[in-house]
Amino acid sequence: MTKQEALFTYTIRLADNALILGHRLSEWSSYAPILEEDLALTNIALDLIGRAQALYKYAAQIEGKGRGEDDLVYKRAERKFLNDLLLEQPNGDFAVTIARQIFNSAYELQLFEALSKSKDETLAALAVKCLKEVKYHWRHAYDWLQRLGDGTEESHSRMQKGIDDLWMFTGELFEIDEVEMMLIEEGIAVDNSALYQKWNTVVTDAITNATLARPADGYMQTGGRKGVHTENLGYILAEMQYLPRAYPDATW
Amino acid sequence: MSQDTQWPLWEVFIQANPGIPHKHAGSVHASDKEMALTNARDVYTRRKEGTSIWVVPSNYVVASNPDDSDMLFDPANDKIYRHPTFYIMPEGAEAI
Repeated sequence: MTKQEALFTYTIRLADNALILGHRLSEWSSYAPILEEDLALTNIALDLIGRAQALYKYAAQIEGKGRGEDDLVYKRAERKFLNDLLLEQPNGDFAVTIARQIFNSAYELQLFEALSKSKDETLAALAVKCLKEVKYHWRHAYDWLQRLGDGTEESHSRMQKGIDDLWMFTGELFEIDEVEMMLIEEGIAVDNSALYQKWNTVVTDAITNATLARPADGYMQTGGRKGVHTENLGYILAEMQYLPRAYPDATW
Repeated sequence: MSQDTQWPLWEVFIQANPGIPHKHAGSVHASDKEMALTNARDVYTRRKEGTSIWVVPSNYVVASNPDDSDMLFDPANDKIYRHPTFYIMPEGAEAI
């Protein structure tokens, strides 16, 4: 593996995370509990799609094989997608979506803080922009976690269930493999394993503050970063890629 | 009569640029002031409309009664001298 290949893979992972979560959140469009929340969730989705676009563009440039952003999004098969499993999980009820936002935003807050010091200037600049957006994503999720956890009996039990159901997907966020090892040595990638302790403190505080219980650590799912996904990703891609595959190079 | 199950209403005021007055932009529903502020941000500042937001519970806004319009506003109709239109603008000045 060359440094160029590692950087491509690393950038694709970041891009796929943004794209898949962005797509999931966009599914709330017109289904959110109230109009204001509909706009909030789709605003966040747009932040993520924008981030994905910039990252795919950079990945295509690193690869230098003439593929563009659209090729990377619409013409890659499931096994080539390297997003974390957490992000492809279904929206569930509103509490499940908030649980996913809590886990991921707390992770991204630290990820982009660290990535903004990367020796790769493009990734560092993107991280600075993303960090501003993620601070809001975190606040949005945090406020809802408190309201639902410390709300009615039903909202409390649903929020607890959301947290419990997704907990097994949080371990993957802190994995590192040979791709990252190579780039960490170069001062380019973020050492995810070093982010766990603070993430754990922040998330545990947020959960207990909302009168909820932090789940016990058990078996953790893994595989997304290697392209081994839950069945959910296939459905996302089927919907996302149908049109460009059925009508290649269609424009409007 | 159906019961109103909506959360409380808040009026939203947006300041477009630093130093100019906050202008009424519309309203949002929210269960508390933090939610009112984030909802206002998401609904009214998505296209770079603002640099500052105020939210006020709608029931704290005291409005004039339309029936009082004659009394309140008509008397100003024939007081054109209240406009500063009789001054000659110094040359070069864009505003006084």
